[in-house]
Amino acid sequence: MKITINGKTVEAQKGQNVLQAAVANGIYIPHLCYHEKVGAAGKCRACVVEIEGMRGLQTSCSVPVRDGMVINSTSDDALHAQKLVIDLMLSSGTHDCLVCEQNGNCELQDAAYFLGIERASLQYGDICREFDTSSEFVYVERNKCISCGRCVAACNNTVVNQVLDFGYRGHSTEIVFDTDKPMADSNCVQCGECSQMCPVGAIVDKNSRGKGRTWELDKVETVCPYCGVGCKLELHIDRKLNKIVKIKGVEDAPTNKGMLCVKGRYGFDFVSHPERLTTPLIKENGQFREASWEEAIELVATKLSGIRDKYGADTIMGLASAKVTNEENYTFQKLMRTAIGTNNVDHCARL
Amino acid sequence: MAGLAASFGSGAMTNDISGMKDSDVALIIGSDTSEAHPVISARIKQAVIEGKTKLIVIDPKEIKMADFATIYACQRPGTDVAVFNGMMHVILKNGWEDKEFIKNRVEPESFNALKTEVEKFTPEYVEKISGIPAKTLENIAELFGKAKVAALYYAMGITQHTTGVDNVKSTANLQMLCGNMGVPGGGVNPLRGQSNVQGACDLGGLPVVYTGYQQVVNPDVHAKMEKFWEVKLNIKAGMPMTVAFDKAYDGEMKAFYIMGENPMISDPDLHHAEAALKNLEFLVVEDIFMTETARLADVVLPATTFAEKDGTFTNTERRVQILNKAVCAPGQAKHDWEIHQLLANKMGLSWNYNNAEEIFCEITAVTPSYAGMSYKRLGRMGLHWPCPTADHPGTPVLHVGKFSKGLGTMFAIPFRAPAEIPDADYPTYLTTGRILQQFHTGTMSRKTEGLNNLAGPHAMISVEDAERIGVQNSGDVKVTTRRGSIVTKAFITKRIPKGTAFVPFHFWEAPANKLTNNALDPVAKIPEYKVCACKLEKA
Ligand code: SF4
Ligand code: SF4
Ligand code: SF4
Ligand code: FES
Repeated sequence: MKITINGKTVEAQKGQNVLQAAVANGIYIPHLCYHEKVGAAGKCRACVVEIEGMRGLQTSCSVPVRDGMVINSTSDDALHAQKLVIDLMLSSGTHDCLVCEQNGNCELQDAAYFLGIERASLQYGDICREFDTSSEFVYVERNKCISCGRCVAACNNTVVNQVLDFGYRGHSTEIVFDTDKPMADSNCVQCGECSQMCPVGAIVDKNSRGKGRTWELDKVETVCPYCGVGCKLELHIDRKLNKIVKIKGVEDAPTNKGMLCVKGRYGFDFVSHPERLTTPLIKENGQFREASWEEAIELVATKLSGIRDKYGADTIMGLASAKVTNEENYTFQKLMRTAIGTNNVDHCARL
Repeated sequence: MAGLAASFGSGAMTNDISGMKDSDVALIIGSDTSEAHPVISARIKQAVIEGKTKLIVIDPKEIKMADFATIYACQRPGTDVAVFNGMMHVILKNGWEDKEFIKNRVEPESFNALKTEVEKFTPEYVEKISGIPAKTLENIAELFGKAKVAALYYAMGITQHTTGVDNVKSTANLQMLCGNMGVPGGGVNPLRGQSNVQGACDLGGLPVVYTGYQQVVNPDVHAKMEKFWEVKLNIKAGMPMTVAFDKAYDGEMKAFYIMGENPMISDPDLHHAEAALKNLEFLVVEDIFMTETARLADVVLPATTFAEKDGTFTNTERRVQILNKAVCAPGQAKHDWEIHQLLANKMGLSWNYNNAEEIFCEITAVTPSYAGMSYKRLGRMGLHWPCPTADHPGTPVLHVGKFSKGLGTMFAIPFRAPAEIPDADYPTYLTTGRILQQFHTGTMSRKTEGLNNLAGPHAMISVEDAERIGVQNSGDVKVTTRRGSIVTKAFITKRIPKGTAFVPFHFWEAPANKLTNNALDPVAKIPEYKVCACKLEKA
């Protein structure tokens, strides 16, 4: 179907809401509580637009598209209302972008920039909640929370861990873990879904803090090395240090839809661990010594050929691995079968 | 996977992850899903809270998934066959089986044999074996049997038994009986424990098959592979790892080449494994760390991690996905395939791969189920095998309309008790497994401090047993079996029934596999990690 947004006629799909159709066509409308995964909450009212034939301003995330719909997201009224919302959010927390981990990757910042808000016009003085740094991997700064509800929806409906909720009333409303426990003492499993969903810097990955601004980091998609679900990861790489500094779940991956578990999201220290093996080692008199590849390969080839010739190929066993790639399992069994001449190939996880 | 291959002709998870939301009922048995496959557990929980799926959980531990279950039942470890037979007994008695499906898709004699076998498995008889109250079993059978489409999920809790193959065949029996095969939201779904177990099997990392499960002993396959690789090949099937360890112990095996695995933690009965490896003339280990196994090696070759390489993994739902190199390997570490190429060429062959993609091309040329794939086609989303041709969309659901082997085979499976059950000296069931925060032998996960802080070595014991032996939460408990003993922290929980203890196997300080029984399933040669008898004491 065709709809018109800001004077431009664009294609929209049945079932989309106005915000989705706009975003799909590269038209930005500020939005903070809406996320594809948790759906429309209609909470933040940043996404308001004018729609011909409908009275007043509408939250674009909750209005389904209809053929021929005419939408204006940049009318004076719409922009004014959007500004009011964003201004209020900026006013009601410590949005000190300079030191915020989310700088450059913050949806509130994007909205403020788009609307040309330089600084908040009012300042509430009374918001000074304690930081929750109790948990291993997730850092919570409630002073930056804009109460969009995405983390609460994601924890309850996406990963279904049912830990996060809104507690207290009115102006004191804040996100709480279980019955307002420190995160570490709650039932939280540190999956990090809330951090992935938070549009601002209120919930961030603890160990990635200060490790690099988003625009300085290379992003590479790959597959989780742990269990068999095969979640897709987006690795954030500091090229100068040759290091992974953060991992996010890939939102459109069919296996995980952005979700990860504590291992896949936070268990990557092994890659750049100082104990990694960096050179071939040969044991002499019970002690390992460093060796060149040439020497090591020569020794292994000679030994394996010797044993094959003396006792027969079937006295040699090869253990393939459920942790290396298909290509490498292929070359491994090919090596055992062609160079050594045995079908003694197996791996350790016989499920 | 021997069990599923015998039933259906192919031994992999039959359905896909995206289809998990389409089940009316899901049965989880022998899988602590939220610990071992967290993101799949999220998918199942989503379907439950949205009201689409009713969940049944059967497990000796009251696992987290049980909180989302319509029915939870606790069976004695190692009694799964009885439970399945009991469910089928009730389903048949009430006529809830899918008669159309059985008529069209199942070998009739095999169905008759099954029917006769399950006749004696009345709920009361099963209660005596499994401890599940007869009424509960009836309720489970009713919920499952009447569902339009029901999925069955399991993991090592089903396979790691001396009756592992029997257990797996039972899952297939049940799903054929209820007509849940070949439909979205149904299926028999073994959840794979490691990132690329499926791939390791698919690519010929098994003693009896080349890639794509082409039989080593089949003369046609043999001829095809000799021609393809241009070498003479051995037509004798190889031996499974567990047998090789025994033979190494006896001195018959002379050399092991171990790539990226750590049997010194994962093997059942670690004393035996250590003695076996020490008895070898030559041991090569190719890995990323100096693992417990690598320490015993004569030569250690440094390899690369997932983040340093291009290549593909095949996940539990048979989806082949691309890995992209993100960082450079440290020092002189090399990709495993580069190491294999160096060795092959040193041993007189002439391999000439320049990158992983070239190897993948070779794989597709010789592997029918991967034949239609290429890196280009895999793209960002991957493809499910079988994908036989370049225009084939891949196969998210197996066995639609027809099993790989034609008609499905049901098996009459008598109940056999586990190899070792509690007695006066060792009165408690011991079962082992995974926990969320650690992975396998810990080689990777234990390098992240935060994961270690979240989960250290422990033994889960029941409130009653803790009281009996007088141990406090986090106090030291000694767990002893006929093979050895460990001392570790007690984690006292209501989720474990009296008379059962659980020890995770990730920790070298308190290795569960010092305790486990290396009795093997006679067909699959999988050790009975999931049940043996132990004694608990205050340490
Ligand atoms: S880390 Fe996961 S479980 Fe914990 S609060 Fe966030 S979403 Fe919920
Ligand atoms: S913590 Fe983040 S996601 Fe959660 S309500 Fe606050 S701003 Fe929204
Ligand atoms: S992120 Fe967790 S659930 Fe996903 S593949 Fe990795 S280990 Fe498995
Ligand atoms: S995005 Fe529409 S109301 Fe928040």
